[in-house]
Amino acid sequence: MNIVVCVKYVPDAQAERTFDSSDNTTDRANVDGLLSELDEYAVEEALKIVEAGEGEVTVLTVGPASAADAIKKSLQMGAHRGVHVDDDAIHGSDAIATSLVLAEAIKKIGAETPVDLVMTGMASTDGAMGVVPTMLAERLGLPAVTLASELEVDGGSATIRRDGDTSTQSITATLPALVSVTDQINEPRYPSFKGIMAAKKKPVEHWSLADLGVDASQVGLDAAWTRVEAFTARPPRSQGEIVNDEGDGGQKLAAFLGEHKFV
Amino acid sequence: MAEVLVLVDHVEGKVRKTTAELLTIARRLGEPSAVFVGAGFDAAKDSLAKYGAEKIYHVEGDVLDYLVVPQAELLAQLVASTSPAAVLVPSSPEGKEIAARLAVKTESGLITDAVDVQAGEGGGVATTQSVFAGGYTVSATVTKGTPIITVKPNSATPEEVSGAAVDEVVDFTVSDNAKGAKIASSKPKEVSGRPELSEAAIVVSGGRGTAGDFSKVEEFADSLGAAVGASRAAVDAGWYPHASQVGQTGKQVSPQLYVACGISGAIQHRAGMQTSKTIIAVNKDNEAPIFELVDFGVVGDLFAVLPQATEAINAAKG
Ligand SMILES: Cc1cc2nc3c(=O)[nH]c(=O)nc-3n(C[C@H](O)[C@H](O)[C@H](O)COP(=O)(O)OP(=O)(O)OC[C@H]3O[C@@H](n4cnc5c(N)ncnc54)[C@H](O)[C@@H]3O)c2cc1C
Ligand SMILES: Cc1cc2nc3c(=O)[nH]c(=O)nc-3n(C[C@H](O)[C@H](O)[C@H](O)COP(=O)(O)OP(=O)(O)OC[C@H]3O[C@@H](n4cnc5c(N)ncnc54)[C@H](O)[C@@H]3O)c2cc1C
Repeated sequence: MNIVVCVKYVPDAQAERTFDSSDNTTDRANVDGLLSELDEYAVEEALKIVEAGEGEVTVLTVGPASAADAIKKSLQMGAHRGVHVDDDAIHGSDAIATSLVLAEAIKKIGAETPVDLVMTGMASTDGAMGVVPTMLAERLGLPAVTLASELEVDGGSATIRRDGDTSTQSITATLPALVSVTDQINEPRYPSFKGIMAAKKKPVEHWSLADLGVDASQVGLDAAWTRVEAFTARPPRSQGEIVNDEGDGGQKLAAFLGEHKFV
Repeated sequence: MAEVLVLVDHVEGKVRKTTAELLTIARRLGEPSAVFVGAGFDAAKDSLAKYGAEKIYHVEGDVLDYLVVPQAELLAQLVASTSPAAVLVPSSPEGKEIAARLAVKTESGLITDAVDVQAGEGGGVATTQSVFAGGYTVSATVTKGTPIITVKPNSATPEEVSGAAVDEVVDFTVSDNAKGAKIASSKPKEVSGRPELSEAAIVVSGGRGTAGDFSKVEEFADSLGAAVGASRAAVDAGWYPHASQVGQTGKQVSPQLYVACGISGAIQHRAGMQTSKTIIAVNKDNEAPIFELVDFGVVGDLFAVLPQATEAINAAKG
């Protein structure tokens, strides 16, 4: 079973995230970044599948030089090799262009060894659109089973459990397929000391757009099919009234609700 | 005037409130055309007409057996035949997947999770999104193809205007390509009888501080006619279903009032409730970060505070 896991490098959500006012794109230069937390679940699930059988996990990222950290962390967890697509022209790409670059990179990986599964997180922790996985499936012509809270792969198919609002579904797709996973699916491992040492020797390939046969005019800010016109920081919420419960906290709560016409 | 396609969200023909909101938004951009897939067309027709649908495109058959792909194919077919001014889809997980595939198929720009949509100044469509856990507001436009926009619940107040609701049966066949993934089985969830979490005007949530006993949270919620939510700590502990989780990996809600009970206010939780109009917290730790956000807070034990408030509210209602 050969699995490609798409991992994104994102600004740390615990830090102050902001935009670059020169071109309205995410400020990735002045904010510490890391492997998108939700992609760790995809790496973990891929490792479990390969460990229970055979095959390799390749992690793929599209991002600037610093995105190498996302690959490094995944290799430390146990992934076998990394592919980093880095090209200045990609800066400012929208979801459409990002999915194009990822799809071409997966085709190139698959040209060497066929890919059985493409795995992703449920959404990035910065853009958080949750659309790149489906766009990838559409571009690669793969069936997609998304938001898996359980995954079982056997022989020629992948079956997931998906918790919806009105029902819990079991969904099956024939391989090769794309699977996105939620944070319900497993508990991602921490890299062990051994894993950290081993990661240093694992192969990482660096590809440019030219390596993928993607024309620079198809990606980047100028090619984006959406445009951010303006951004404004939301005014911080100012703290309202805080009362200590001295036996009348519930009364005071009800009074506040009454004054504000919620009752 | 150009048509605006609205994908109808419904359960067996019972149209959800988000669809009325989308039809209302569609009228700002052009002539609303509803796109209806699945069973229950006759039941849905009246409510779609009531919110201004001029046309209803509809297909019957096995479309819904194969998840979202056929719906994306259907919309792509309609985009080609009607050249709409925009396509509006609800911001549910399914809606986003349909929109993502449609954007690739029709080579169109996609904007997700819009909280407002207006006609753009020089034509086009101007959207507002709330990003980075509600920390920023972004205005954006689509510059290529047909604007495809997923819209969050509560982004407009539904307005009643009667529409012609002309029935247009669409000739559509599911492609073989769409049949790669299939729903093998489906188990319906119990219905709580409370409002739906992402649509509710008031949400009352419980966290680890409930210690597994949600009864006081539920009684308080019921006194306000509210939906009940939960933190991930409460969901992970198995105290409340995952569908009720509020936060980064759960529902992002934006109600008129959000009440957090026994919830500390971790960033991942805030990502799902920070844009609520009014926020209240009940927590016994006066240093809990949730208090930084609140309009009103009670430092105290939720098992004492909530029942007292519930009683006072029920008494006031008479
Ligand atoms: C605040 C904000 C708002 C935005 N709004 C829009 C918009 O309305 N329309 C638009 O087209 N673009 C928008 N973008 C740009 C868009 O987020 C990026 O283009 C991004 O590359 C793709 O979307 P996402 O991060 O939301 O990914 P998601 O669709 O949330 O990602 C899901 C999964 O896809 C994989 N993945 C995503 N990106 C990569 C990558 N670079 N490398 C490897 N794997 C990856 C990961 O497995 C991830 O878990 C926005 C960006 C930001 C920061
Ligand atoms: C990838 C990832 C995704 C996540 N996604 C989400 C998400 O979508 N939603 C989410 O909520 N979390 C999410 N989390 C988890 C988040 O980080 C927190 O762990 C979680 O929100 C904590 O839940 P809590 O506030 O209920 O529990 P705690 O942080 O333990 O807080 C419990 C609070 O209850 C108070 N308390 C205790 N007893 C009482 C009492 N009797 N009366 C009143 N107050 C009392 C305590 O003072 C405390 O403040 C995510 C984490 C990760 C890593």
